[in-house]
Amino acid sequence: MKAQQKQIGAPMNRVDGHLKVTGAAKYSAEYELPGLVYAVLVGSTIAKGRLTSIEAKAAERAPGVLAVVTHYNSPKVPGYDTAGKDPSQPATVGGPIKIFNDDKIRFNDQPIAVVVADSWERARYAARLIKAQYAKEAHQTNLEDNKPQAFLPTSAKKNPKSPMADYQRGQADAYKTGAIKIEGEYVIPTEMHHPMEMQSITAHWEAPDRLTLYDKTQGTLATRRDFAKEWGLPEANVKVIATFVGGAFGNALHSWPHESAAIIAAKVVNRPVKLMLTREQMFTQVGYRPYTWQKLGMSATPDGKITAITHESIGQTSTYEEFTESTLAQTRMMYASPNLTTRYRLAALDIGSPIWMRGPGEATGAFALESAMDEMAHLLNLDPLEFRLRNYTDTDPEKNRPWSTKFLKECYKLGADRIGWSNRKLKPGSLRDGEWLVGYGMGVGTFGAHRGGAHASAQLRPDGTVLMQCATTDIGPGTGTAMTQIAADTLGIAPEKITFELGHSDYPQAGTQGGSSTVNSVGPAVQQACLALKDKLRELAGAQNPTFASAKKEDVTLGDKHLSLSSNTAARVPYSDLLKQAGAATVTVEAKPGNEGQQYSMYSFSVHFAEVRVHELTGEVRVSKLVSCADAGTIINEKTAANQMKGGAVGGIGMALMEHARIDDRFGRYVTKDLADYHVPVHADAPNIEVAFVNQPDLKVNALGTKGIGEIATIGVAPAIANAVFNATGKRVRELPITPDKLV
Amino acid sequence: MNAEPEQASPHDDSRRTFLKQSSVLTAMALVPSPVVTAAAAELDEKVAAAFEKIPLSLKVNGTKHKLQVEPRTTLLDLLREQLHLTGTKKGCDYGQCGACTVHVDGQRVNSCLSFAVMHDGQEITTIEGLAKGDDLHPMQEAFVKHDGFQCGYCTPGQIMSAVACVREGHAGSEGEIREYMSGNICRCGAYSNIVAAIQDVKQGGQKV
Repeated sequence: MKAQQKQIGAPMNRVDGHLKVTGAAKYSAEYELPGLVYAVLVGSTIAKGRLTSIEAKAAERAPGVLAVVTHYNSPKVPGYDTAGKDPSQPATVGGPIKIFNDDKIRFNDQPIAVVVADSWERARYAARLIKAQYAKEAHQTNLEDNKPQAFLPTSAKKNPKSPMADYQRGQADAYKTGAIKIEGEYVIPTEMHHPMEMQSITAHWEAPDRLTLYDKTQGTLATRRDFAKEWGLPEANVKVIATFVGGAFGNALHSWPHESAAIIAAKVVNRPVKLMLTREQMFTQVGYRPYTWQKLGMSATPDGKITAITHESIGQTSTYEEFTESTLAQTRMMYASPNLTTRYRLAALDIGSPIWMRGPGEATGAFALESAMDEMAHLLNLDPLEFRLRNYTDTDPEKNRPWSTKFLKECYKLGADRIGWSNRKLKPGSLRDGEWLVGYGMGVGTFGAHRGGAHASAQLRPDGTVLMQCATTDIGPGTGTAMTQIAADTLGIAPEKITFELGHSDYPQAGTQGGSSTVNSVGPAVQQACLALKDKLRELAGAQNPTFASAKKEDVTLGDKHLSLSSNTAARVPYSDLLKQAGAATVTVEAKPGNEGQQYSMYSFSVHFAEVRVHELTGEVRVSKLVSCADAGTIINEKTAANQMKGGAVGGIGMALMEHARIDDRFGRYVTKDLADYHVPVHADAPNIEVAFVNQPDLKVNALGTKGIGEIATIGVAPAIANAVFNATGKRVRELPITPDKLV
Repeated sequence: MNAEPEQASPHDDSRRTFLKQSSVLTAMALVPSPVVTAAAAELDEKVAAAFEKIPLSLKVNGTKHKLQVEPRTTLLDLLREQLHLTGTKKGCDYGQCGACTVHVDGQRVNSCLSFAVMHDGQEITTIEGLAKGDDLHPMQEAFVKHDGFQCGYCTPGQIMSAVACVREGHAGSEGEIREYMSGNICRCGAYSNIVAAIQDVKQGGQKV
């Protein structure tokens, strides 16, 4: 690729593609360290109660075993004494479980021991020799049974303006008095992230007060903060390395018991310890999308104007942490309903804590809202797209602010053309292809275009190459690639000359990769670091050539071996001279958002159109075509962005048709224990997915104009499929997943 | 792993415990005398290892290895933990996800489902052995070109499976590819790009 060619928007191949296709990319369980040993966790077999004894002698005597750590013999973890006592945090919110600290069992498969041995095989064998006795207490693992005990989250009790607080505009519950109304209850079961890389960590105490973690995390700095705190260490003494993360979808946004266990184990044996969860442990210990019950009521005028919506939800949390998510956010701002009520509640169960799963609460809420939109359109005998257009809003009805940008109508047009929406029949069950009933459905998604502060560094080396660093992570979207493209355009050099390093807590600070915020936040830091580097080079060159001193930084041109000016090509300073003294020129900058977020409502938008085929005898549902269109601001890399959209749509297929983590409430234990029981979409379940972007910059979010893709790729997909199933069969399924038993 | 509440069964004691606890007479009747001496001298660790490990020869990516492995060591763990070929991934350990796919004598196999000792004398190819020096295999090239991955963790397994899928003659149509690749899960959902990569290789007619 030639220098100066515009990289932003180009479908560039991933910068780490070669490492990923050759097996050279190293994930957290793949670091060879001298003296490395293996840890296996042992979990409780009850959901609630107390441990009365642990028999570990047989395990301790087993070949190759170095240690068995339980709450009886665990070293004191200094941070446990202060954890949960932060006066700024309300006491009821609690905190992560303190592993090996007491005899209390809070969920089934809670780690009660960790076995360390010189091989996986020996650690695994010894773990099976551990016996525990319990004093069992009655547990609660069913949300439906616990709905009467649902409570307002503490954050809402403390702050009535919290997004978790009850919301009302116009009259409360006004839909109940509407002439044309619908009302329905919707259920999303517990769903599991299940990234292909199971949670793993390699913990290494390099000195008694210096800890290095090779960890699966979406935030190197968040993980560093958590474990520095746990061990009473200065943050500078803890290093977190996550160069490659094998997917996460939210489940590496939290610090989990197995990480604490590996660190404790490494302390005990004084050797680096590697711990990888089993697939079964992935169900119990690293979060999930919580089971959520919702009720939505809506009224409308005969000509299709929504008059009122009430949307209530009860989500699941654990007994020791209050997990909240924005289940009702989309309902408050998507359609121009003058009367609107939302109520969000939690029910605490004896199960480990949930954690945001891709599209998080918004995807859960959108299932109810976008299904209800379809139900109302059907009742009004209106095309669901036309019904949405009649309730389209050009300002945010929740906050009464203008949108920063909103190109949802453009998305509707792009998608409707591509799916062939005109083929859709208003009357359900009208289209068939042999034994298959054919239907079309749509679902809308939105997610805040969040931006946080971020730092990045840029360094020019004498050979004309540039090294950039940032502590951000890349769990799959292609962060390093997008950042390289931004840097290439800003510096005006070929991407091949840029190395973008990430996933290390020692690098310049950036937030956790979550909430579709990475490009919005890190992108501007990269852009500004490149501009600052140009300015620094201009200054350095100015000392040797006065033309540079008076030039503008925008005019600085980075050639192969020398610096020049676009305004004066005769002015040249070779890098070898420029960097003679310092060896390299380095800048680190911070980019922060301004107050745009107070003036504008900033959101990404998406619409998903599905064509499904439902077998009339078996009830099997096949998604035969999916079209996803997004208003996500500027698209940095067309190829990776489209891939991310397709991936989110596949996640939505899983949500709609198969994902369901089931607990046997008698034991409070998951009966879905592996990928044979818990179905996720495979090749045969994924159709060709067509993606289209509006690709209009939103310069209120940042100077690049990006808005974020990760969440809107999934939000709205499940209702699009459910609505298509209704269009095909006339059967409305309000409880996911839509398995054949619900259709025959 | 779970701690069952039942009482310990006789099977729970390890070999080393057995050696430590057996009386000298019983021990002498059951095991060769050097072993008893070793146990008494607390060299039982070595003894346990000697009991547990058996010889194995195999060829991995063209290199011959003479190894001593425990019979319960899977081919996957042997590759990752002892030969440090971490390109082959562990995604479930139950043969349900395909991340650990390697070729054994040219056939695709879930390496987590087979014990290393079952492969004595056989030839294993892992993702690290697919490229010829710096030249990527056409399937690897196609995965890069079509962005057939996101996080990259399932990728080695997808590529090994994809190569086998073409060689087996199961890449005749999009539908056939989807069916014969369904043992390899990609949770990031890059399926349509993977299928495009496989079709590209198949239609390109390059030798795979």
